[in-house]
This record gives sequence, C-alpha cells and structure tokens, in this order.
Amino acid sequence: MRNIWFVVAAMVFAASGGIACAEDVADPTAVKSEDGKYFDKDGNPTFKVAADGTVDWYTYSGYRRYHSECHVCHGPDGMGSSYAPALKDSLKTMSYADFLGVVASGRKNVSTAQENVMPAFGDNPNVACYMDDLYVYLRARANDAVGRVRPAKHEDKTDAYAKAETSCMGK
Amino acid sequence: MRKVLFATWVGAMAAFAAGPAAANDELNKMAQNPKDWVMPAGNYANTRYSKLNQITAANVGKLQVAWTFSTGVLRGHEGGPLIIGNMMYVHTPFPNKVYALDLSKDNQIVWKYEPKQDPNVIPVMCCDTVNRGVAYGDGKIFLHQADTTLVALDAKTGKVEWTVKNGDPSKGATGTSAPLVVKDKVLIGISGGEFGVQCHVTAYDMKTGKQAWRAFSEGPDDQIKFDPEKTMALGKPVGKDSSLATWQGDQWKIGGGCTWGWMSYDPALNLVYYGSGNPSTWNPKQRPGDNKWSMTIFARDADTGMAKWVYQMTPHDEWDYDGVNEMILTDQTVNGAPRKLLTHFDRNGLGYTLDRVTGELLVADKFDPKVNWTTGVDMNKSSPTYGRPKVVDQYSTDKQGEDHNNKGICPAALGSKDEQPGAYSPDTQLFYVPTNHVCMDYEPFKVSYTAGQPYVGATLSMYPPPGESNMGNFIAWDGKTGKIVWSNKEQFSVWSGALATAGGVVFYGTLEGYLKAVDAKTGKELYKFKTPSGIIGNVTTYEQGGKQYIAVLSGVGGWAGIGLAAGLTDPTAGLGAVGGYAALSNYTALGGAMTVFALPQ
Repeated sequence: MRNIWFVVAAMVFAASGGIACAEDVADPTAVKSEDGKYFDKDGNPTFKVAADGTVDWYTYSGYRRYHSECHVCHGPDGMGSSYAPALKDSLKTMSYADFLGVVASGRKNVSTAQENVMPAFGDNPNVACYMDDLYVYLRARANDAVGRVRPAKHEDKTDAYAKAETSCMGK
Repeated sequence: MRKVLFATWVGAMAAFAAGPAAANDELNKMAQNPKDWVMPAGNYANTRYSKLNQITAANVGKLQVAWTFSTGVLRGHEGGPLIIGNMMYVHTPFPNKVYALDLSKDNQIVWKYEPKQDPNVIPVMCCDTVNRGVAYGDGKIFLHQADTTLVALDAKTGKVEWTVKNGDPSKGATGTSAPLVVKDKVLIGISGGEFGVQCHVTAYDMKTGKQAWRAFSEGPDDQIKFDPEKTMALGKPVGKDSSLATWQGDQWKIGGGCTWGWMSYDPALNLVYYGSGNPSTWNPKQRPGDNKWSMTIFARDADTGMAKWVYQMTPHDEWDYDGVNEMILTDQTVNGAPRKLLTHFDRNGLGYTLDRVTGELLVADKFDPKVNWTTGVDMNKSSPTYGRPKVVDQYSTDKQGEDHNNKGICPAALGSKDEQPGAYSPDTQLFYVPTNHVCMDYEPFKVSYTAGQPYVGATLSMYPPPGESNMGNFIAWDGKTGKIVWSNKEQFSVWSGALATAGGVVFYGTLEGYLKAVDAKTGKELYKFKTPSGIIGNVTTYEQGGKQYIAVLSGVGGWAGIGLAAGLTDPTAGLGAVGGYAALSNYTALGGAMTVFALPQ
C-alpha cells in the first residue's frame, strides 16, 4: 500500500512545481492524447467529449469511482451535500496539484460552527489508483462538459490502462 | 465456552418455560406512564404510541408552538428527546452533546455534556454524523458517541459514571444508534457496513460498563451466539456453521451486517429483537453465498445473547437493502387466534409480519406498489426456497454482473423505508409508516479492502419512479393482511419517525421541515407547521403541568441530506424543474432545533 502513496506524493510534487497559482485553472481543452488519456496544454489530464456525447475512458471511469467512493459525502454528480462541498464548483478553482494533495492527504476544517473532515485516501487503492479518473470526471463536471447523468457512451479501456490498473490494484 | 453458553441457554429457557422472567420493572413501569417518554421508541414494543389524548383530531388544527430550543449543532438530527418527570434529555449529532432541560423551570438547562472526540471519526461515518438518541436506566443517561464510546452519565448532574469503547473507528466502526436498556444491561449496536466491519450487538452491565455478551452478525457459531440445534430459522434448527458456510473463505471477517437500527424487547419472552444490515461490499459478485446472517431479523435472549430464532430477509444482498429497521411488537388476532406478532418494514420494500415467539413467517408483502426487484416471497412451507424472495433476473445486479448498469430498480438503495421508525395504534390496529418512493440504477464493480477505508464497490443514481414526481409516501398499513389502507404523497422521502396517539392523531415530519398531523383513520391532513429546518427526527409526546406537548427535532441531513440536498435527478429544462424534481435546498437549510407544540391556553 505504501507504494501507492509514494506514487501520489511524487505526482503532487512534480505537478506543484509546474503550477504556481491554484486560482489559475487552465483551459481544459485537450491538446494531445496518449493511450486513451487526454492532456491540456499544460500537460494536466483532461476530458474529451466527442460531438456525439462519447466521453473518454477516464471521464467514464471517474464517474463510476466517484459514485462509489466520494458521493456519500460530496453528493451525486459532484453536487455537494448538507455537509460536504460541491466538487463541480470546487474544481472550477482547484488545480490538479491541489486536487491530488487533498485527496491523498485529506483535509480538516473544524471550527465551532462546523466540523468538515475529509479523510486521507492515499492508502486506499480504490481511490489512489483512480486519482486521474476522478480528476478528469470532476473537471468535466466543473466545465459543464458532462451533465448530471451517467455518460451514455464512452471510449474503450485501453490495454495500457488495464495494465496500469492491475498493477496498482495489486490483483 | 460452548458448554457454558449451552448451560446458560438451557437455564434461560427453563426460566421462560416456568413463566415470565423478572423484567426490568423500573423501566417497564415507567414506560406505562404516558406523561413520560422513557426510551427511544416510547416503549419496549417500539409502537411509538402514546395514550395521551388531550390533542385530538377535532382540536389539533389549533396547535401552536409552545417553545423552541436550538441545539447549536448544524448536521442531521435523527432520533428524539427523552422525557422523565420534569426533565427532558436532548441529544445532538457529532460532537454528541446532551442537554438536560428542566421542563418545570421554563426549560432551563440543568446540565450539558459534550465529549471530546477525535474529529477523524467524522469521515468514517457513512451518511452524515447522525445520532439516534440516548437511553435511560438506573438513574443514568446512556449515550453512544460517534467514536463508539458508550458513556453513562448521572441523570441528575451529567457527571460521567463510566465509559467503555465498543469498537475501533480507525477500522471504520462508528456509533450512531440509540442504546436500549434491558433489565441490568445496556445494549448497543454498531455502524460500519460501508467499511467492512464485522458488526455485532453488545450488552454492557448497567452499573459498571463491563461487557456481558457480544453477538456478531456473521462468523463461527460461538461468535454469533447460535446453538446449532436450538436456534431456529423458519421452523428448523439452523445447524452447525450456519453463517460460515455462506461466505467464501474469510470474507465474513469483513462482512458488515451492521446493527445501527432500533431494538425492541418483549419482557414476557425475555427476547430482544433487531435487524442486521448489508453484507460488505455492495458488489455481490465479490462475496458469493447467502452471506448469513446479514439482512436478518434476530430474536435473542436478553440475558445471554443466545439467538432463539432468525430470519434472513434478503439472502445475498445485491442492492444494499439493510435489514436494520425497527421491529414493532403487537398482540393482534389473526384468523381468529390471538398472536404475538412482530412487524417490520424492510428497506427491500416488503412489510413482514412474523410470530415473535417462534419466528414463523406470516405475511411478506410490498408496502410500496413500485417495488420490482422481487415478485414476492415463497410462502410455501414445503418448498425448498420457502421464505426466500424470488428475484427478478432483470434487476439482479449479481446475475447481470460487474460493470453492468442495472436500470430502473425499485426501491433505491435507501430502501422503501430507512431507519425512520413507524408507529402502531392499537385503536385503529394500523401501522403508520414513513416511506421513500425512489428507484435507482446500480452498477457493481471490483473493489479492494483497506482497513478504515470505504469498501463500497457500486455506483448508483436515484430518482422517483418513472412517471411520478413524489419521492415519499406516508402510509397506513394493515400488518395482518399486508395491505395499504391509505397513502399520502409527499414531495420528498419521509425521513421522520411517526407518532400515533390515543387522540386519533398521527404525527410525522417532512424533509422540507413541516410537522404534520393527520387523522389516524383516514390520513386527512389536519395541521402543519414549518419548523426551522428539514425534519429527520422522530416525533415525541409528553405531558407536563397537565398539558400535552408534541416535540420534534429538526435539522436536515443524514442520508437524505446527501442525495436530496442536491436534487436526485437532473432538473432538465423540459420538465419545468419544479415539483418533485426540484432540490431540497430550495426549501430548507441546515440547523438543529427542537420545536415543541401545545394547544392554546
């Protein structure tokens, strides 16, 4: 399990080096792709929705993982709940690096008025192995690229993705 | 150990055969006094019925707010206060404050208790940081904290008398349920079905906090406190290893079957009744077998914890239909014969009536006509599948397999009814049941287990049944015949515990925040008042200074606060966005407050 955390930490570190300002969320347009994964001009993962509504594999996979691991607090479709923020809004201003950091390490916001605590998911392969999937899905939600529905059509899972998934999940 | 348990069991049975065992007379007597509300459900039978009759169907329309009390906590407020003499005990969600108010002195705060708990417990609570209330016994108030600490407080001063830890929150075990005091013991369950906890009910000595017995929901016979020969299921002994044989390998160790619902007790039979929750994970493919004894009604000896009978409602769960909802105990005449009954409205959408002495299954019928995952329960006693629900292939998330999105399953995972307890009036012989009217798409997939991390393995989306816009109903149910007598539509799920009264009035709350009073016979709405926040608490009544009061906690949240706060489905422009599809956040906001009603002077 430890190895997952290191991978995530390394990603955070690398990404932090590249982006200085969390508010400056870049243009999500995909400019290149590699093995079914799309990247924006800064090299951060992003979504790709075709004219007929077909979404990239990461968006679809992120949709599923989100509704397994995240939605019990953050609500369906990233809409928020009575005790956790709407990530479709958070991702409008949160950078890729910050996203990875918060998911991996958790966050606490405890005051006299509220107690919001997010756990660290760095050790949880169901989350840690799918960080980019979650990010891409929520980035698509934040940019209104996918609606409050299960994506109807999606690109296939690539062999490279399947291989990485198997090695990360330790199956 | 086996021998000792066996001897105790025989002893208990002998005592039972000789006549009713000496019950906790203090509490049982106190519960007979309708002026008080001494346990979470008002009485051991969990009927939530009060003999108070000052407020009637004729005058309830004149009800007014008598006083209010802010709890100072924002999250979802489930459960309700206890009233004992002049004192009222009010609990809150995390941080689990308890206030003792003196009703005879203008509701002054006599003492306040606030435990120090590690806030890291918050995110391992599945669905908000709810708590379903405190219990009373032997001059003490018992609180089951979020971090699973059971604490005994001096009811007069709030001073801590003892504490005991019931589970390990770092492994995902949390405390949300209300304790039940039975004789000299305090019984509590545990939450963590979404974290692979091996759940249990545990009895602690009321005086010292020392553990008296612990009965797991799954595991070897000694851990689940089953006697292979004497513990019965549908009229037959369960046999050896009845749980282990239904799990693959060691999966029972992370099997869930949590016990966070309400417990009831029959003093004459000395049996405690409760249900167990979903098997972990939500992906049925990953845990082949019936996964016993998740999704099960248990009848256990209150002194020893030994199981007298069990009935598994949803073998090999494929939809997260926890079996934890309350067991309502009534004595009614069925087919001309007086029967001791247990009635239970399950998340799976079936209303069950069993003989609570033997566990014989008498009725299993849908209490929401939209339920579609099953065509019904096999009631043929000579059938090999007797007592099992017949699952419709199309809605079987196991048959359809991993990575397949199963559409249009009714009810949704939150069930046709969740923890919000129903009520029973002996006057009308009807059950009053707050229900959810929601369907879902469910897609299971592979997950791996990490201690203390969510272990879910399915994605789902929820929406009202096709062609309908109301997501809840408040119904009256005849438990003898399994029929809906009347049904009131509610825009949102009814997530508030009902109260039935001798005044012919039934009360419940709504997610928008209304306290409603309806005619017990017809369901006609007689009164409503919008409280400060959505109601997921249970309605309570008591008498003070010769006057009947109705009390309810508001404070929206809980599981209802997850899906419903966001609106369950896409408010697509074409649908007009109003009505049932609109978000709950358009109607109410967070905030814990108690509102108390009475008739004008």
